[in-house]
Amino acid sequence: MNAIIIAAISGVIMMFSSVFINNKGAYRHIAAVLLLVLLGANIADTYGHHFFHIDVKGMLRFDRFGFLFNSIAIAATFIYVVLTGRSMEKIGKYTAEYFVLIFFVLCGICVLGCYNNLLMLFLGIEIMSIPLYILTGADKRNLKGNEAALKYFLMGSFSTGLMLMGITLIYGATGSFALNGIQLSKAMGGTSPAAGGPFLLESVGLILMLVSIGFKVSAAPFHFWTPDVYDGAPSVFTSFMATIVKAAGFIAFIKLFDARAGGSSVDVNAYTGVDWKMLFAFIIVATLLVGNITAVFQQSVKRMLAYSSIAQAGFMLFALFSLNDLAKEGLILYAAAYSLATIGIFAILVKMKDYTFEGYNGLGKTQPVLAAANTIFLLSLAGIPLTAGFFAKYYMLASVVKTGSYLWLVIVGVLFAAVSVYYYFRVIQAMYFKDGESETEEVSTGFKTGLVILAAIIVLFGVLPQSLLNWFYF
Amino acid sequence: MPIQYYIALASALFCIGVVGVLTRRNAIIVFMCIELMLNAVNLLLVAFSKMHYAKAAAAGAVTTAGTEGQLFVFFIMVVAAAEVSVGLAIIVMMYRNVHSVDVNFLNRLKN
Repeated sequence: MNAIIIAAISGVIMMFSSVFINNKGAYRHIAAVLLLVLLGANIADTYGHHFFHIDVKGMLRFDRFGFLFNSIAIAATFIYVVLTGRSMEKIGKYTAEYFVLIFFVLCGICVLGCYNNLLMLFLGIEIMSIPLYILTGADKRNLKGNEAALKYFLMGSFSTGLMLMGITLIYGATGSFALNGIQLSKAMGGTSPAAGGPFLLESVGLILMLVSIGFKVSAAPFHFWTPDVYDGAPSVFTSFMATIVKAAGFIAFIKLFDARAGGSSVDVNAYTGVDWKMLFAFIIVATLLVGNITAVFQQSVKRMLAYSSIAQAGFMLFALFSLNDLAKEGLILYAAAYSLATIGIFAILVKMKDYTFEGYNGLGKTQPVLAAANTIFLLSLAGIPLTAGFFAKYYMLASVVKTGSYLWLVIVGVLFAAVSVYYYFRVIQAMYFKDGESETEEVSTGFKTGLVILAAIIVLFGVLPQSLLNWFYF
Repeated sequence: MPIQYYIALASALFCIGVVGVLTRRNAIIVFMCIELMLNAVNLLLVAFSKMHYAKAAAAGAVTTAGTEGQLFVFFIMVVAAAEVSVGLAIIVMMYRNVHSVDVNFLNRLKN
């Protein structure tokens, strides 16, 4: 509760700071301080210090999983603001308002971390999405930005419509919006798939929810908006959208389907009449295929990262496929590893003058620190050992192995991870083994230090993943 | 009226909305179709809410069953209003730059 309320208040404070303070540089310092306060409040909440006592009537449920994810999201946003806050000042006149919107997005993410009712799921996703539509179109004169904002908005509200229909049908079948109430109809009637009536409504409802959240996390075949939006939006905001927001979508996703399966995954198929495992397996393979294969052919690093984010979404979907404890731990680790590495890569990308692969030629000579940090981030995304990405992928695949079936899915995952190495290494190859004068904007020492610290965190999680996951239990 | 009629009407409205979103190119009309989808959902929510109330009332006892469905409708209306304000602003921003609200127009400009 602390995080939700303080995030909203922080947004309002930022709004007023734009009225009273005219110094552009001051905004990101205020935002960084507020984010630290937010992080502190959330950690205090985790250990039982509640600043606000509100009866939520069971619509929100506060557990370690949600708190841990919220802490990661807030910490990642802090790193994001510290590294790229300065670049935000170049986009438009309204720097403070961008931070306001980021705080409101965080508020939505915190709701998603602990929702226990479909109404809160809907509100969380909307609180998260609406500010993002504005951020996407922040660069008002840029036609590509306009297109991205329009596409993102239309696709976003379309998928919201689908989700609402899904929620309504589930409500019709079960008479409740509570997350654990979804299983109600199983208790009311038999478990045979041919029962019809409420079962049909419920299956259709759940499939609509699946489609809608598939849109939100850009899983194939609902990914087509992603490359245009990520490419068209200002790079600083793409960084935010592709990482923290996407991870939050997955957290919402896993909470929903975890409650549905209720721990056991056997009778789910029987009572909805849909083979869920097969459906998820299809989505995973399609997402990995589309993301990885298309990323290979990109010329622009930014667009390659857009497709790579689809490919990484494919890996996060493994957690939704297996839905066990290992999957939950793995998803948290994956969210942290993927978000931090991608934030780092984007922080370097916005400093580049040229976004194509050629633009990185010779970066190893002109900016050795940037190139070294970028290498670590790319290795982490590719899943090379000693980086956080390795254990993230390991947990994902291990969770599927633990379910005991669909082992071919693990093999497919490993093969596509190998494909992904190709396009990540193209950047590394350009930086170190090709001659050229890659031009960057002015890089401050503070920025370099930030990157080194971020790279160190990623290596730390790669060597000791338990340093993050133990927070579940202590 | 039996609940099936409401389900049929709401599904029809919803499908018209979905088809409209997928086929039309005018941003304003796409937007209207999305609103149509949301309103189909509202109608169905109210119908289900009534259905759950009637079911609980028939079993005896005064009940509040089904009120949450109607409350949900208010939330949808509020959020839809917020979405409209942002969406129309985005469409106006696009119109100012290219003097068109055709969804595919920007695609053509890019090449």
